[in-house]
Amino acid sequence: MIYKAIVFLPLIGFLIAGLFGRSIGAKASEYVTSGLMIVAAILSWIVFFKVGLAHGEGHEVIKVTVLRWIQSGGLDFEWAFRIDTLTVVMFVVVNSVSTLVHIYSIGYMHHDPHRPRFFAYLSLFTFAMLMLVTSDNLAQMFFGWEGVGLASYLLIGFWFKKPSASAAAMKAFIVNRVGDFGFVLGISGVFVLFGSINFETIFATAPTYLPAAGSADANQAVINLFGMHLDKAHALTGVCLLLFMGAMGKSAQFLLHTWLPDAMEGPTPVSALIHAATMVTAGVFLVARMSPIFELSPDALTVVTIIGAITAFFAATVGLVQNDIKRVIAYSTCSQLGYMFVALGVGAYGAAVFHLFTHAFFKALLFLGAGSVIHAVDGEQDMRYMGGLRKHIPYTFWAMTIGTLALTGVGIPGTMIGFAGFFSKDVIIESAFASHSAVSGFAFILLVIAALFTSFYSWRLAFLTFFGKPRASSDVMHHVHESPLVMLLPLAFLTVGAVLAGVVFEGHFFGHEYNEFWKGALFTLPTNEILEEFHHVPLWVKWSPFVAMLTGFVTAWFMYIKSPETPKRLAEQHRVLYQFLLNKWYFDELYDLLFVRSAKALGRFLWKRGDVGIIDAYGPNGIAARVMDVTRGVVRLQSGYLYHYAFAMLIGIAALVTWMMLGSSL
Amino acid sequence: MTDWPILSTVTFLPLVGVVLLLLTREDGPHGRRNILNVSLWTTVVTFLVSLLIWIGFDNSNPGFQMVEKHQWLNTGIAYHLGVDGISMLFVILTTFLMPFCVLASWESVEKRIKEYMIAFLLLEVVMIGVFVSLDIVLFYVFFEATLIPMFVIIGVWGGKDRVYASYKFFLYTLLGSVLMMLAIMAMYWQAGTTDITELLKFGFPAGIQTWLWLACFAAFAVKMPMWPVHTWLPDAHVQAPTAGSVILAGVMLKLGGYGFIRFSLAMFPLASDYFAPFVFTLSVLAIIYTSLVAMMQDDIKKLIAYSSVAHMGYVTMGIFAANAQGVQGAIFQMLSHGIVSGALFLCVGVVYDRLHTREIAAYGGLVNNMPKYAVAFMVFTMANVGLPGTSGFVGEFLTIIGVFRANTWVALFAATGVILSASYALWLYRRVIFGALEKESLKGLLDLSTREKIILYPLVVLTIFFGVYPAPVFDATAASVDLLLNNYSAALQAAQKLALVVH
Repeated sequence: MIYKAIVFLPLIGFLIAGLFGRSIGAKASEYVTSGLMIVAAILSWIVFFKVGLAHGEGHEVIKVTVLRWIQSGGLDFEWAFRIDTLTVVMFVVVNSVSTLVHIYSIGYMHHDPHRPRFFAYLSLFTFAMLMLVTSDNLAQMFFGWEGVGLASYLLIGFWFKKPSASAAAMKAFIVNRVGDFGFVLGISGVFVLFGSINFETIFATAPTYLPAAGSADANQAVINLFGMHLDKAHALTGVCLLLFMGAMGKSAQFLLHTWLPDAMEGPTPVSALIHAATMVTAGVFLVARMSPIFELSPDALTVVTIIGAITAFFAATVGLVQNDIKRVIAYSTCSQLGYMFVALGVGAYGAAVFHLFTHAFFKALLFLGAGSVIHAVDGEQDMRYMGGLRKHIPYTFWAMTIGTLALTGVGIPGTMIGFAGFFSKDVIIESAFASHSAVSGFAFILLVIAALFTSFYSWRLAFLTFFGKPRASSDVMHHVHESPLVMLLPLAFLTVGAVLAGVVFEGHFFGHEYNEFWKGALFTLPTNEILEEFHHVPLWVKWSPFVAMLTGFVTAWFMYIKSPETPKRLAEQHRVLYQFLLNKWYFDELYDLLFVRSAKALGRFLWKRGDVGIIDAYGPNGIAARVMDVTRGVVRLQSGYLYHYAFAMLIGIAALVTWMMLGSSL
Repeated sequence: MTDWPILSTVTFLPLVGVVLLLLTREDGPHGRRNILNVSLWTTVVTFLVSLLIWIGFDNSNPGFQMVEKHQWLNTGIAYHLGVDGISMLFVILTTFLMPFCVLASWESVEKRIKEYMIAFLLLEVVMIGVFVSLDIVLFYVFFEATLIPMFVIIGVWGGKDRVYASYKFFLYTLLGSVLMMLAIMAMYWQAGTTDITELLKFGFPAGIQTWLWLACFAAFAVKMPMWPVHTWLPDAHVQAPTAGSVILAGVMLKLGGYGFIRFSLAMFPLASDYFAPFVFTLSVLAIIYTSLVAMMQDDIKKLIAYSSVAHMGYVTMGIFAANAQGVQGAIFQMLSHGIVSGALFLCVGVVYDRLHTREIAAYGGLVNNMPKYAVAFMVFTMANVGLPGTSGFVGEFLTIIGVFRANTWVALFAATGVILSASYALWLYRRVIFGALEKESLKGLLDLSTREKIILYPLVVLTIFFGVYPAPVFDATAASVDLLLNNYSAALQAAQKLALVVH
């Protein structure tokens, strides 16, 4: 019951605000949705302690059935919740951040005339996300998956009068659909291999795919995937990669990342909730949830690692030079998601979810802080027109600073002193080094470089925004004001999370209490000893992220406080590189040319040449020309066809009947 | 149930309305009112009565139910009606959509309203007739007869190029029907009966199956429509009045799919198996090709018409995947498409009635003054895209899974439809609904009227209901589809054994 309440309270909020928002007014909509979210969040923490932190035996996975869904042949799945530690962790992340974002939005969206709609969408999003993380089968996960996509689409395009917002919303949906293309095929593949898409059956059957288990039929082809006859091990790899394609789309990984920066067109609270803390981590969740099959496919995990490492590096490079405050944070999110995928790829699932958990707090904090800054300077988002805001908005300043400290992973290696990101990020970097993956060195190096870049762009953001001389117009500066309490309070909560989430929970997520905490929710093979091994990496490895972080900080300090002329000079000296980064490696231009334009051209060609030029010209129009020759002048066209037709049909039937009567009498 | 002939009742009930309409005088607003009321009541009552079929339907019985049979003359042809899990829901779909058609024509049809309504009621009779016929000659008569009212509706009440559209419609279907008629004659010649229940058991020899399959294929492929015989559909839709489009997309396209299941798959299993790759190819072409073409349309109705062709690609692909997910998915996809595409055409009708243009470029920013319309349109757009939680998802998902089991390549290409449908549908939505309200002509538009709400809201509810809880449909279809597929695989196995013996 409590689980149903957690999932359906946001849905109720959505329905009330969505259907009756106009009649009950904006205030009521805000209070109803936020109130329901507060209840859901409190319940989430309760079940987190009950399920996650409970010690003792007999901890079964809880299954809550809601409704029948689809039964067709052997395919049979229902609406149901699967509650285990992974679920309750996501409960806490989703509902805590969502509640804070709801409350924050009361202040942030204060002037917007469409507040009921906004809060309805936020609650709809939360509901879909909860359906995703509680899913008991792949189809329900896909429901949540697409549901959050829909909510994201609606919220990015919330200010529908802005053409750029509508375009960004559409782009987000369609790029996500590219990932879903793989996801759907992956689900089909799972069904063919396992005969079911329910997690319970999949996880129970997965061990038979171990290379050693069925030695006799190990090399027998079990599936013909796109012309390849795959044996069990390769079939699993194929299916995992298809599923991972879905994860890449949702989590904005390299090649399918282009929608995330554009998604910043939406209101800032949306960016904090959807495009930082929750939705974009759905891909990480997917791989963690499917760990029982990913773990069996080293090849798939290698691909995950490579993509993750490239994303972490690539997004960090682009983040270095962006001027829009939200875009910097967006690329940072993209990059941090890359870290999580590397952790998944090297088999450190606990570390990935741990980083997901801490990241949710400090990244939401950074986004909401950025929102508070934007609120203060009248909607300006370009950091070139900020500066010197430290004195004017001190609370926001401190919140953002703590968020930055957490993101860059400040802490002292070898001790338990540090901010949230210090624990989770360092664990990932060390795991990457310690793993036996073929690409561990590659991943390790890229992650350390990315850590340096992260530190640089984060401090660059802080310095440009809060330090130096004000670069905004005096008119704007005159109006700069600290945000109201309703916005500062969520910042305070998140600040606590950004400081403590790491130190308190490290032992549970990826430490001594790993087994008692996860209780098998994350699957690892007996041969996977990364949990033990990452402790024993050389000392220089442990210190390398610290050094990278420090280097980034000092460089940023030098370039934006000490000698503010340097960045400009550097940009001029390396114009090509600068433009390349500023334009995000030209991915948008490339995709526009490759996919958008060519699809449009092809569509037009098929229409004008194919349908009209060939099929119609040689088909009906060609025949019609002959027919017209015959009928012209005999009868009027319109009625003529009808009578001909009816006549032909009658004659046909008459002939048929006559023939049959003759036939039967013979 | 009693012996009360419910299928005949439902089939011919609209004729009562026709008689009443003939007796009604058309002149003056009073007469018009009467005509509309009579038509509305006829269709509503027919729908309610047809629900008795569903209520009385036994889900566990895979065979034909509520059978009525009367010999006709001494020919072997019988007036033979019955429904099974495959056909029953199509009857309901037909009767369900009719009241919406009447309501959609409430104001938009100005001339000859009486004849217009008569045409629609007659159309209803013959459409139901197709689905309940258990005699192949009866089936053929109804099947062909659907064309005449539709032809008239497009030709008389259509847009400005209605003549071109209606003759194109006519030419395509003529081709199909001639061949099908030959097939029927050949089937009778072979089996010595026109009874569909007998024919289903008959087991045609392999050599003949190929030819019969091809001849039937011609008729059904045109109706479906499959690529490359689809070009009549966009023109017919564009020219047809709103209600005509609803019926065309909602019911008439399903005649093709129904025919494929009832005849091609069930009676000619060997040929179906043989030709499956051919059908897959055409289906995939339809999905990709017409989706791309849909994207580039600048007429709203044409865009939706092309998207219908793409969605029917999933149906044909699912049917010939010949497994439970494929066939059930195909049936569900047809039912869902009946609701969703019907609703989309009704949505187009809403703005067409206000502005009398279907040019996408003439619209933009409608969300500003038509928020309720925007919500309804959004739901149907998402269903068209196949978003889980809407009815559009269920069929698409099942057919992809079904075909994945049959051939992964086909599934790969078909799944691109997931991306392409989002592209054309969202782009359309963006251009029509989003943006600032800048065009002068749009500023005075009012949101949905009460009549329009009555039309669209139930469809919104159903679209979501069947997305969340499709079980009633699967319960009704499961037994009959199982029987069909068992016979299908038995036939294939028998043929294989035979082949082994011969060699």
